[in-house]
Amino acid sequence: MEEISFTVADGEFCVLLGPSGCGKTTLLRIVAGLESASGGTVDIDTTRVDLLPPQERDVAFVFQNYALYPHMTVFENLGFSLRLHGVAKEEIQTRVTEVARLLEIDNQLNHKPQQLSGGQRQRVALGRAIVRRPKLFLFDEPLSNLDATLRANMRVELGRLHTRLGSTMLYVTHDQAEAMTLGEKIIVLDKGRIQQIGTASEIYHQPSNLFVASFVGQPQMNFIEGRLDGHGKLHSKAGVEFDLSGILDGRAVPDSQLTVGIRPEDLRRCTAADACFAGTAEFVEDLGSDCFVHLVCGGLKLVARLPAQDPIKLGQRLDLNVDPERVHLFHQERRID
Amino acid sequence: MKKFAFAASVAAIGTLTLLPFSWFVLTSWKSAAEIIAIPPVILPSFHWDNYRAAITRYGLLHYIGNSAIVALATTLVSLAIASLAAFALARFKLRWARYYLMLLLALSMFPQIAIAGPVWRLLNFLDWLNSYHGIVAAYISLTLPFAVWVLTTFFQELPYDIEEAALVDGCTRWQALRLVVLPLAAPGLFTAAILVFIHAWNEFFFALIILTYPALQTLPVGIALFPGEYTMPWGEIAAASTIATLPLVALTLIFQRRIVQGLSAGAVKG
Repeated sequence: MEEISFTVADGEFCVLLGPSGCGKTTLLRIVAGLESASGGTVDIDTTRVDLLPPQERDVAFVFQNYALYPHMTVFENLGFSLRLHGVAKEEIQTRVTEVARLLEIDNQLNHKPQQLSGGQRQRVALGRAIVRRPKLFLFDEPLSNLDATLRANMRVELGRLHTRLGSTMLYVTHDQAEAMTLGEKIIVLDKGRIQQIGTASEIYHQPSNLFVASFVGQPQMNFIEGRLDGHGKLHSKAGVEFDLSGILDGRAVPDSQLTVGIRPEDLRRCTAADACFAGTAEFVEDLGSDCFVHLVCGGLKLVARLPAQDPIKLGQRLDLNVDPERVHLFHQERRID
Repeated sequence: MKKFAFAASVAAIGTLTLLPFSWFVLTSWKSAAEIIAIPPVILPSFHWDNYRAAITRYGLLHYIGNSAIVALATTLVSLAIASLAAFALARFKLRWARYYLMLLLALSMFPQIAIAGPVWRLLNFLDWLNSYHGIVAAYISLTLPFAVWVLTTFFQELPYDIEEAALVDGCTRWQALRLVVLPLAAPGLFTAAILVFIHAWNEFFFALIILTYPALQTLPVGIALFPGEYTMPWGEIAAASTIATLPLVALTLIFQRRIVQGLSAGAVKG
């Protein structure tokens, strides 16, 4: 990992987002002290902590596979760190009960982890972190072992919990839905480098490079690679020509290699006269609320997200255009504005 | 047919293995006349005299006491050292760990007779011959490689996350080992403990050369020294052997599931 530098504000929910193997978990483990970096420093508040062992950093870590102590009851799991820190018995009792109630696991306090469901184990793992009132919460893909419904519910609960506790949280995930909904600040990582830092909206609407643009958004952004001539015409590699003069807005350098990015929802149906793209529907995914139409425009493949009200038939010809404001332009992988 | 063949072979192996054991158990209940009768008497008349004589005349309880002290001490010390060594081998990123484990395995294969001389001379030099700590030290050197091996496999099976959770929760390495790893490794510790105990309880050769004072001798040596110059007390030997075997049989039967679990750790992902 190189050139990693970022700050998480007090009380902020910060998400490290990236594909597997991008170094996000390693980064989190370095903050926790479970792994040591070959260079650089980690500071919490005003204290430099990267030379301290994990137990002296006052951070709580929620592991992907919960990592509950199988030989202890839920109560003992929750109270373990308090016990280690020499907190009085009555105080442990009060705090554990309080957290158990908050997470609705107060009925399971005498159970062992193996008697709990996945969701309950996840709550215990969360509770173990909350009960300590640490300076910093570290989450390593905590929801990835849950099924889809439970994951969505827990996501909302985590958000609520953060609002309620107001604690500083650093959260690792590869799931962009989690990142976008939970993160006040999102740090997108790839290949051991920070690609972009910003809010969900900034990351989505102003991706700083091709990687961020392609990684965030479902379905993926459409990319059209080609060479721009002096008249605002893009000669795409797929062998199709598109007139971009109306949407370029003087942003791009003529006679250069360019990648145009268009989010599926930014493609709109229009009359043939206004169309930037004309294609045939090759495949339609109807989600009820809207539908994803996979189009072939000459040698080019595009995905458009269209309202489900007017159904599209396979093989139907569609004319599409795009709001110039919504077009993303990339030159040598970087965004140009 | 297949089932029958299986049952038959199990029965055959069982009989073959149990035959000597059953013979001396039966012998222990026979009178002197029955033991030397020709043709041999198979079913005894259930005399308890041999047991009484083994205990009173031959001091069996005293040998049992010695064996218990030596075997327990060996087990405790061996396990204490082995669990630390195994923890380090399983957890710390040591480049030579694999070779070290192979070396340990090779060491545990050494024939005892090959190291008997050096061990005796070393203990003699330390003036540890004829002492509990002398024999225990010798036994630890015999059982440690095996115990380290079993425990390393076991620790490697334990999820590392749990230990890391303990570290973040506020444990030092030492506390993490004591409060989290060791309780979780209990089945493995148990297996190693029982096997070490059995080994120390049964060991004959080192005990014979290291412990020459009758006051310190262990069960196997004690029993071997039952015969006098002109007598061969078969009945008493059989009675003593039966008593010597009982704790091992009991341990193994009670904990057989744990032993099998412990030995097959690493074979199947739990």
